[in-house]
Amino acid sequence: MQIFIDLANWLRAWILGMGISTTATELILTAVWTLVVILFVLINLIVLVWIERKSSAFMQQRRGPNRLGPAGFLQFPVDIVKVLGKEDITPAAADKFIYKIASTCAFVTAIVAIAVIPFGPGMVLENLNIGIFYFIAIGSTATLSLLMAGIASNNKYSFIGGMRTVAQMISYEIPMVFSLLGVVMLAGSLNLTDIVASQKNMWFIVPQCIAFIIYFISTVAETNRGPFDLAEGEQELVAGYFVEYGGIRWAIFMIAEYGNLVAVCAIATIMFLGGWNAPFGLTFLPPFLWFMLKVYCMIFLFMWVKWTYPRIRIDHLMHFGWKFLIPVSLANIVVTGIGIYVYRMITG
Amino acid sequence: MDKIVDREALVGELNQKFGNCAEIFEDNTNQSIKVMPEKLVDVMTELRDNPKYDFKVLVNLNSVDYPENFTVVYHLNSLTYLHKATVKVVLDKANPQVPSITSVWKAANVQEREAYDLMGIVFTGHPNLKRILLADDWVGHPLRKDYNLQA
Amino acid sequence: MLKTQELTLNLGPHHPSTHGVFRCVLNLDGEYITKAVNHTGYLHRGLEKLAESRTYTQFIPYNGRLDYCSGMLNELTYVTAVEKLMGITEEIPERAEYIRVIMSEVQRLANHAIYFASMALDTAGATAWFYGFRDREKCLDLIEMASGQRMMPNYMRIGGVSDDLDENWFKLLKELVDYMPSAVDEYEGILTGNEIFQARTVGVGPVSKEMALDYGITGPNARASGIDTDLRRDEPYSVYDRFKFNVPVRKNGDSFDRVMIRIDEMRESIKIIEQAMKDVPEGPIMAKVPKVLKPPVGEVYHRIENAKGHLGFHLVSDGSTKPYRNHIYSPCFVNLGIFPEMAEGLHLMDAVVALASVDIVLGEVDR
Repeated sequence: MQIFIDLANWLRAWILGMGISTTATELILTAVWTLVVILFVLINLIVLVWIERKSSAFMQQRRGPNRLGPAGFLQFPVDIVKVLGKEDITPAAADKFIYKIASTCAFVTAIVAIAVIPFGPGMVLENLNIGIFYFIAIGSTATLSLLMAGIASNNKYSFIGGMRTVAQMISYEIPMVFSLLGVVMLAGSLNLTDIVASQKNMWFIVPQCIAFIIYFISTVAETNRGPFDLAEGEQELVAGYFVEYGGIRWAIFMIAEYGNLVAVCAIATIMFLGGWNAPFGLTFLPPFLWFMLKVYCMIFLFMWVKWTYPRIRIDHLMHFGWKFLIPVSLANIVVTGIGIYVYRMITG
Repeated sequence: MDKIVDREALVGELNQKFGNCAEIFEDNTNQSIKVMPEKLVDVMTELRDNPKYDFKVLVNLNSVDYPENFTVVYHLNSLTYLHKATVKVVLDKANPQVPSITSVWKAANVQEREAYDLMGIVFTGHPNLKRILLADDWVGHPLRKDYNLQA
Repeated sequence: MLKTQELTLNLGPHHPSTHGVFRCVLNLDGEYITKAVNHTGYLHRGLEKLAESRTYTQFIPYNGRLDYCSGMLNELTYVTAVEKLMGITEEIPERAEYIRVIMSEVQRLANHAIYFASMALDTAGATAWFYGFRDREKCLDLIEMASGQRMMPNYMRIGGVSDDLDENWFKLLKELVDYMPSAVDEYEGILTGNEIFQARTVGVGPVSKEMALDYGITGPNARASGIDTDLRRDEPYSVYDRFKFNVPVRKNGDSFDRVMIRIDEMRESIKIIEQAMKDVPEGPIMAKVPKVLKPPVGEVYHRIENAKGHLGFHLVSDGSTKPYRNHIYSPCFVNLGIFPEMAEGLHLMDAVVALASVDIVLGEVDR
């Protein structure tokens, strides 16, 4: 049931057995697990892109990729090889340094956010006691990399796209944080492992269902996915902030987008869906698999929404964010606070 | 079949109103009247606004390069009476100029630009008489019969 | 006050939402358009000049290249114009007339399906896009089966149609007619009933009745603005006077009405096909026309209700085998003329929707 923990312990014993000091062992182990997490994100990407392509194809009454590998499963790795072979073009009028680091920045923020996510009991790179705070902080820096890409490209379309991104992500950051606050109040901790542990009996989606809906809507906007993919704005802005990017730089943006998607879905699972806790006592699956199953369900929900709805207009988006989501999420906090107070009064 | 406006009455009324400006133009369609270029805008406004004729729609604007003249052809249609008329303006071969009717129908805007572009007819008073289909630095007007196709 | 500056944005000629090689120069204040200027002509092929060096029959295939979403209708316009010029309109066999009506309505269904699809795509509803294209292919399959070509059918002939249709074709047509109403219901379910789509289109780019008349807007766009006009009813050509159908008219003239009018029209087209396929008479499909066509000296202006508006041909004959002048009145070209005024004050995202709702095809705009 705990293969990853066992593996880590075995590795630790093996390195210690070679006569290396304890500090060095821990350093090596951290490096190894960081690498494993990055690899996990990348390999997960193959699955995600395959699911996205197949599910959208199913919704659109077509077949989707079906040539490479079983049911087109290897389409994405082959695509990556293809974009690696493309010429790396930098527009002549671009701010070259910022243009080049922007895609990397986006990738880094997406990967770094995964560091605090516990995939199972004890399966976390860094068990920060302010885990959720760290996640929010890292998440908001993602805005910066998209703005960098938008402005550095020196293209009007990407400029407008970058501006839209900032407006949208800053506006939706607020209801997202507020919606998470209710859970934090219930759990009484910012540590993600503790939050999961406190959902042993009841998932927080039950008392915090409004917060869950708000969180879902605002993370759709946060991750720039349809129907809130205004930053890309395929129809009017062609591709928004990455219109000038091509080849592997574009692919890195895409990887970052999916990385963000995994991160926000993992957080949703941890905060609302009970993390790795098995529902109804169905413990025959290891906790890690339960966790991933829930994450994938969340991701499918994201894809379902994306492939069903047309895109919303930016001013409607802003109105919805500021005039509806923020008041509702604030009210949710108040109600949660009162609820906790009353509960404590009753139970003493 | 097509309903055609009573040409005699129409021409008579126009001549009475604007001085000798219109006459019946004989062709196979039996619906054409010929209008002097100077009075074109007045005539068109009258045709549009007179409730008796009520030509609210400019159906088509075309130009033809005949051997002896340029002719600008306006096809008009009424939505209430469903009748039709064709107004023709015959222009000088050397200096084809006709007043623009953009002020009467905005639909004429693009069609006049097209006629200017391809046939070289100058519509005086047009707000933006530039080439619309061909490149701005194109030489000549392709739909004229003397246009050199070998280029 | 901060110093602000308008942004000039070149929308096109290579842009996903201009439906071809159309360029529009927009002045943006923030994301709101202060001024729009159309630039057309990137697809100009000089069809009118080409026609002058082709015989009347040789020009038929060029019609598919005009509005490449409704080839049959363009061809029908052209051949009926030539027939009118030659004075043989009455001699067309009944069967050919019925086949023409069926073909043009199938083509109209295909055109409106692609309109719906591109409208969906311009509001980023990629799934609805596939729904539209799915049904368009079904219509095009029938056209391909009859003519051998999907989009450039070259099927109509001066005096009739080129090939007869067999029982099997009519059986498939029946299947299409039985299927289409459910597909149109699906359109309303997936896109036009969607709240986001309505928020994106209702009140966007409204065209009043007066404005539509002034700009010479024709076809579905005019009917969306409240102008009750349909050449199939007002000036019936072919055998349209034998069928019962409604002419849907809407009031507001905004983008949503322009979409809904097409949806309504699809239902009417289905009705016409149903009536027409019931009593297609047996008989010849071509009138006896001379091998070399020499229309008498004169001219004709003939227009029909194309899927996008009133497509018209002004043919001038000098008695020879080739037209002296062949002018194409293009509804897309004239309808596009309203775009600068429509776009003024709109959000950039709405301008794309407004442009899509006008339904332009650059092959016909630029000719």
